[in-house]
Amino acid sequence: MTAPGWCDRCGESLARGDHVACAAARQLEPPRYCPQCRRRMKVQVLPQGWRAICVEHGATATV
Amino acid sequence: MPDFRDPDLASAVADVIETGTGLDEKAVLAILRLPDDEIPAALDAAHQVRMKWCGPEVEVEGIVSLKTGGCPEDCHFCSQSGLFTSPVRAVWLDIPALVEAAKQTAATGATEFCIVAAVRGPDARLMSQMRDGVKAIKEAVDIQVAASLGMLSQEQVDELVEMGVHRYNHNLETAQSFFPNVVTTHTWEERFETLRMVRESGMEVCCGGILGLGETIEQRAEFAMQLAELDPHEVPLNFLNPRPGTPLADNTVVDPRDALRAIAAFRLALPRTILRFAGGREITLGDLGTRDGLLGGINAVIVGNYLTTLGRPATADIDLLAELKMPVKALSATL
Repeated sequence: MTAPGWCDRCGESLARGDHVACAAARQLEPPRYCPQCRRRMKVQVLPQGWRAICVEHGATATV
Repeated sequence: MPDFRDPDLASAVADVIETGTGLDEKAVLAILRLPDDEIPAALDAAHQVRMKWCGPEVEVEGIVSLKTGGCPEDCHFCSQSGLFTSPVRAVWLDIPALVEAAKQTAATGATEFCIVAAVRGPDARLMSQMRDGVKAIKEAVDIQVAASLGMLSQEQVDELVEMGVHRYNHNLETAQSFFPNVVTTHTWEERFETLRMVRESGMEVCCGGILGLGETIEQRAEFAMQLAELDPHEVPLNFLNPRPGTPLADNTVVDPRDALRAIAAFRLALPRTILRFAGGREITLGDLGTRDGLLGGINAVIVGNYLTTLGRPATADIDLLAELKMPVKALSATL
């Protein structure tokens, strides 16, 4: 398995910049970009969690 | 007598506590301009007003997005507009997931569940989804259902009443004088017309807005007075959470002291309304500010997540209410 290549908040390469602000913001946001391919995901926020779907890489969810 | 250096303001606030009649615009503006060392006095007075005219109960609500993103409107604060480069994509929630969300909300102790859609106004597909969704929720969960679907026709108002939606949210968002700076695809007056129809239908009116859109302090006071004139059952008070890709992405977050001034001012302008902590409180006020707000005029909270962003855990708010000895409003009670 390869390491994620893309920031799931801003969609930019994890190799560029430190994404510290993105990581902090993600405490109160769901992911928006697939970390494997940087496609924008379909994201549904639910009262107690979220689920995100990448058309290529499938779903991730907290509920 | 409230502890303000300005004796006229102290007298005006004492009258609010005594009579339950809101402050006028000049006094609201004075609250919004109080020096830092008088903010605790404003919060204390607002808390007294809330306790006397609303009581200690807190109304707890959860919200969910039935239709996310792809909105044709250009509300500059909103990540769900299809006109901006926001990363939020369009997605619909299916009925089983909607019912599950209502169950999760009820499990927190909440008595209100608000179904929200990012639209100018509902089309036939959305109204059909609402009809099926509200019916399924009412069959499965003991909770009050509210809705927020944008601007309505009279026929749609009547349909929502028939479905059993008991409260309708439609925010005026900001002062009438500032609204054209925030939204250009529809007018403040168009929003007001929906609120008028909702009021006449017998549904409860929920109408608030967002602070931190770039409005002046004077426009915050203007907005509080416009809400007071509308006299909604509920006023949700949001603080801007600047979203990537929106025209307001680079706005600064409201200073927490200004947020607390606003909470006190809106309570003193609207002594008997349900004043709800809504979006943005986590980044604006943090945990301590949430406590200050609940002791400064707030008597309702949205718990759990918001529409496109996350909130603090519902248990954190429920535990805080228990610590503050503020009972969660029971399902059968009205504030």
